[in-house]
Amino acid sequence: MILRYTFMRLLMLIPVSFSISVVIFMIVYLLPGDPIDNLLRVGSSAEDRAELVARYGLDRNLIVQYFVWIGNMFRGEFGEAIVLRRPVADLVAQNLPYSLTLGGLAFLFSSTVGMALGTISAVVRHPVLDRFMRGFILLGSTVPGFWLALLLILFFSVNLGWFPVSGAGGWTSLVLPVLTIGFGGVALVARVTRVALLDAQREDFVTLLHAKGLSSGTILLRHLMPHALLPVVTILALRIGWILGGAVTVEFVFGRPGLGSLLIRALGQRDYPVVQACLLMLALAVMLGTLIGDVAQASMDPRIREKKT
Amino acid sequence: MNVSQMAIRSLDAFARMSIGRAFASGIGIVAGGFLILLVLVAIFAPWIAPFDYAAQNLLNANASPGWPHLLGTDEFGRDVLSRVIFGARTSLSVSATAIAISMAAGMTLGAAAGYFGGVFERAVMTVVDLTWSFPDILIALIFVAIIGPGLTSTTFAIAIAYLAQFTRLTRAQIVRLKRETFIEATINLGAKPSHILLRHLMPNAIAPVIVVGMLAIGDGIVLEATLGFFGLGAQPPTPSWGAMMSSGTAQLFLSPWVIIFPGVAVAVTVIAVNLFGDELIRALDIRDRLRGA
Repeated sequence: MILRYTFMRLLMLIPVSFSISVVIFMIVYLLPGDPIDNLLRVGSSAEDRAELVARYGLDRNLIVQYFVWIGNMFRGEFGEAIVLRRPVADLVAQNLPYSLTLGGLAFLFSSTVGMALGTISAVVRHPVLDRFMRGFILLGSTVPGFWLALLLILFFSVNLGWFPVSGAGGWTSLVLPVLTIGFGGVALVARVTRVALLDAQREDFVTLLHAKGLSSGTILLRHLMPHALLPVVTILALRIGWILGGAVTVEFVFGRPGLGSLLIRALGQRDYPVVQACLLMLALAVMLGTLIGDVAQASMDPRIREKKT
Repeated sequence: MNVSQMAIRSLDAFARMSIGRAFASGIGIVAGGFLILLVLVAIFAPWIAPFDYAAQNLLNANASPGWPHLLGTDEFGRDVLSRVIFGARTSLSVSATAIAISMAAGMTLGAAAGYFGGVFERAVMTVVDLTWSFPDILIALIFVAIIGPGLTSTTFAIAIAYLAQFTRLTRAQIVRLKRETFIEATINLGAKPSHILLRHLMPNAIAPVIVVGMLAIGDGIVLEATLGFFGLGAQPPTPSWGAMMSSGTAQLFLSPWVIIFPGVAVAVTVIAVNLFGDELIRALDIRDRLRGA
């Protein structure tokens, strides 16, 4: 059943990734001017030009060109970066691990800390704590990530000198970026966990468990948590893309290498082969992340499996 | 009665019923009052700002907050307070314009999809679901990649980033309303689709969409600031909160106020928008209708 769901969900990715790749492919053509000029560095010779025309099949129609391009992408031939003068594939391979580490850690941080905070606030149920949580959630969902990053740098790196201001040397340089990206996620996960636990507590089976004489701790960990986990997984599945989006911003502020900073720098320099490759990789990451989230959700909830297949 | 008169009348009714009630609570008054004040500041910026936002004075660069520069000066000696005040203009107008475009397009698409159904609905919803899982910043960046940096592309990028939200919400409202008895009765009386859509469905569907639009203005401000921070939004010397912080990062050690105050402006504005939006949702009692989308 879960395999069938996964398969169906994978099939759904085909039209999605096709449309996204068409949009990204079209970037160079929608730009004002000749696409070849957008792909060539200034001062290239006529032979360079001819070679590029041949490689991208620019003398043929747009549909053929798309398939040539997407074929190159599949083989990992992203072309040559205009400004950085290196194969784009190298740049991507160099930067991708940094983004994945940051995104993965931020995801881990926001899910574990968020669930812990949510559980505490559901169990304690103190009005002051509730108000604090609500304020925290509001801040977490409204404060712009890059500004939070700057404030953290100002406080922890400049004033206290605990962490490096920027760069990616050692684990200390990961602390502030992970905190920044995780902040919004923690607040969201905490809220969802809290509501889910409170809802689950009202179910009849909980009363029965209490009547049977189980300790509150056992009920919470063995019976309530699995029940409450479902909406949490749902929200986490939705968040994966947003965490990657957050990584784009935060990398740039902390001067960390990564797909996000590569993309933003390339956008500023109009280095379109790099822009296309970065956008494609990020889009792919978002789609795969969402896929994993959906499958995790479906493996926990038969209702979702049945609805989609 | 023509369409514009109808639009004005339904908006008027909406305002009389709900905006007033949103102001009923303490939070509503504070948040709503702040937003009204901010709009006034943005409109009357040239008269309120103590200095010319673009006037440079290199002798007085990086001055700390005090008199006469209440919030200090930046690396060119420009008055931070005046730039924050003028930045409100950029942020609010870009975000509000973008969301207005997004709302208009999303409502049209969503209403058409919900009302007519069929292949058209499936096509629209496929595209909407496609963009749904993508973070807004990524959608905005794709769009900026196409038309290049600047305020126009920022506006359209924000509009595109939130289009899916409005389309989804409007469609959900229309689909729900279509099943109501009074719509069935109107159809049976032989009303034209345009009459049903504009006269009966839209006025009933509009409240949640407007509230979500209000909340989206907050998200739009953050997105505008982020793009500005990347140097992809407002180009100098146009003051924008995001761009101010971006130029401030170089002087992070020397003059932190250059990044602190524009950031406070963004954060406080967005929090006010969210709090007021929450009050509106409560006042209108539409929480369930928002959840259904």
